Amino acid sequence: MPDESMTGDPMRGLVGEAVGRGTPVDAGTIDMAAVETGPEVRRRKKKGLGVAAWLSIGWIVLVVGLAILAPVLPIDDPRAITTDIARRGPLADAGTAPGHLLGGDFNGRDMLSRLIWGGRTTLVVATLAVIIGFVLGGILGLIGGYFRGKVDVVVSLVLDVFLAIPAVILALALVTILRTQPGTKGGGLDPEVALILALGFVSIPVLGRITRASTLSWSQREFVLAARAQGAKHRRIISREVLPNVLPAMLSIALLGIAVAIVAEGTLAILGASVETDTPTWGNMIAIGRTALQRAPHVVFEPALCIFFTVLALNMLGDVVRSKFDVREGGL
Amino acid sequence: MSAESPSTVPSSTALLEVTDVATWFDTDRGLVHAVDGVSFTLERGRTLGIVGESGSGKTVLSRSIMGLLPKKGVVRQGSIMFDGAEIGSASPKEMRKYWGASMAMVFQDPMTALNPVMKIGKQITESITTHLDVTRSFARELAVSLLESVRVPDPERRMDEYPHQLSGGLRQRVCIAVALACGPQLLLADEPTTALDVTVQAQVLDVLEAQQRERFMALLLVTHDLGVVAGRADEVLVMYAGQVVEKASTATLFSDMKMPYTEALLHSIPKIAEPSHTRLTAIPGRPPDLVDPPTGCRFAARCVYAQDRCREEQPPLRPGVVPGHEFRCWFPVGTPEGAEALARNQAAGAVAGGK
Repeated sequence: MPDESMTGDPMRGLVGEAVGRGTPVDAGTIDMAAVETGPEVRRRKKKGLGVAAWLSIGWIVLVVGLAILAPVLPIDDPRAITTDIARRGPLADAGTAPGHLLGGDFNGRDMLSRLIWGGRTTLVVATLAVIIGFVLGGILGLIGGYFRGKVDVVVSLVLDVFLAIPAVILALALVTILRTQPGTKGGGLDPEVALILALGFVSIPVLGRITRASTLSWSQREFVLAARAQGAKHRRIISREVLPNVLPAMLSIALLGIAVAIVAEGTLAILGASVETDTPTWGNMIAIGRTALQRAPHVVFEPALCIFFTVLALNMLGDVVRSKFDVREGGL
Repeated sequence: MSAESPSTVPSSTALLEVTDVATWFDTDRGLVHAVDGVSFTLERGRTLGIVGESGSGKTVLSRSIMGLLPKKGVVRQGSIMFDGAEIGSASPKEMRKYWGASMAMVFQDPMTALNPVMKIGKQITESITTHLDVTRSFARELAVSLLESVRVPDPERRMDEYPHQLSGGLRQRVCIAVALACGPQLLLADEPTTALDVTVQAQVLDVLEAQQRERFMALLLVTHDLGVVAGRADEVLVMYAGQVVEKASTATLFSDMKMPYTEALLHSIPKIAEPSHTRLTAIPGRPPDLVDPPTGCRFAARCVYAQDRCREEQPPLRPGVVPGHEFRCWFPVGTPEGAEALARNQAAGAVAGGK
């Protein structure tokens, strides 16, 4: 019996070896399949934006679309007062307002209409402000980062000085100065223009710093020297060689900047430095509503949620922009 | 007539005449003598190889000639005559009419020398339209033919691709095409194959050589590899610690080198005839600190021939037997003095630097 088992063992061993020989082959084919599908799966993942990004894009499209279409949408006049719906709305003590989905504010103005018109103003103010910061900050950053030396010292110093002043206080001061021109009673700039200029000015140093940092690293690349060795002028090198490489970082920060500007508008509104309250913005809607937060919370929460989702969506999109443009760099 | 022509002809044929060029960098530690008194001439249609290890000043020399060094903290001396004009102290503004148009440069690393977000075609036409007054479509045609001439396969398709879609060898060809775009008279190639696979190095060098012949350009080939200049350069300049230590026609340099440094460089190339696992002969030590160069011969501390005199007295660049051959050594290789010095060092058990 032990003999049999002795002879059986090697047999089993052989079988096992045969199986063992078989399995690596199988494993090999599986591996091959995995290798073939692997990169494709990864590529698809890289190309796809993901649910969060699509939701963000969807929200931005919705908000921007409504803001653009506000004049032609079948909504109430944001200034029209319907006393029945005053202080009524979702979660309000006075109950909901039939026919007015989001209720009315303290004066009985339709919240939905005010949100759409308010979004229009808020988005225009924030976008134009960031465009000012984008262009001026971008130019300063490119010049400082590209030429370096004394130019950079001056540019950096100016940007640092303005970064050191709390943005809200600076914006508040600017709005006040721009709206009240000395000498003329009630003169000065239109409140909306003043707001755009103030927020734009505040966003210059932020975009300037980012652009400068990015320019600094890109303009030390060899292709910039190569372009110079081919006789390209500074202006051409900055606009053709450096700017396209710096732009993704700038755009990503600019989207973030719009988000920050929206929040800043809200802050200024609470401090009473936004546009007049009869022109709704998300910020001044919150400012009005905060006096009765407990009895009619919807007056505050509706614009606050709009700001929340818009800021979140813009942040997500900033990341998407950055990663989308990065593909080329790490393309291999 | 006959008395005049020898004096006028050489000066008019020499495209580039470099005399006593020195480039010093002002650093916190002191003046770095990166290039210290280099002279040579380069004629149209000829290739000059500049060989030396890292830190020998060859890249700084080529950038000094191009005028591509920063203005701040750089001391430039000596004269650089290009095509009859003095450019040794020209400002970047004055240099711009030469850059790309009559002198161009191929850089070491093709991975970083191309703009990652610009199409290949655009990068070539960009430099064409900078200097030549041509239409967009003509510039494109020119770019395609340039890519063809540097042997880029399927140039039409490559025009619309981005650098990351190309291999290293192809990218370097694109860089060469960019440099050749406006038909420069002088091409400076700064270690053009160092960053490439060995398998494509020869191809890229062949492209450079073919283009140089075809266009009758002067080519300055900077490299650390004697093998690169061996079959391609007409003349070779061996640099060490910012100085020219040996200058000769390529044939003379390889058959009758006088400078121990050149010999050491040659010995450090692995030879195919040697058995496997043969220890590679390396040059011991490192190049000297260029802030405070040694008083004697700069190579003395690493030289197997070095004697007391080498450490005390700097040898001048002196002519060899063959015309045009110059070297900087007290005990040259292949001479009785050299052999004696080597024997003395070996007898004393010295390895390098005579110690």
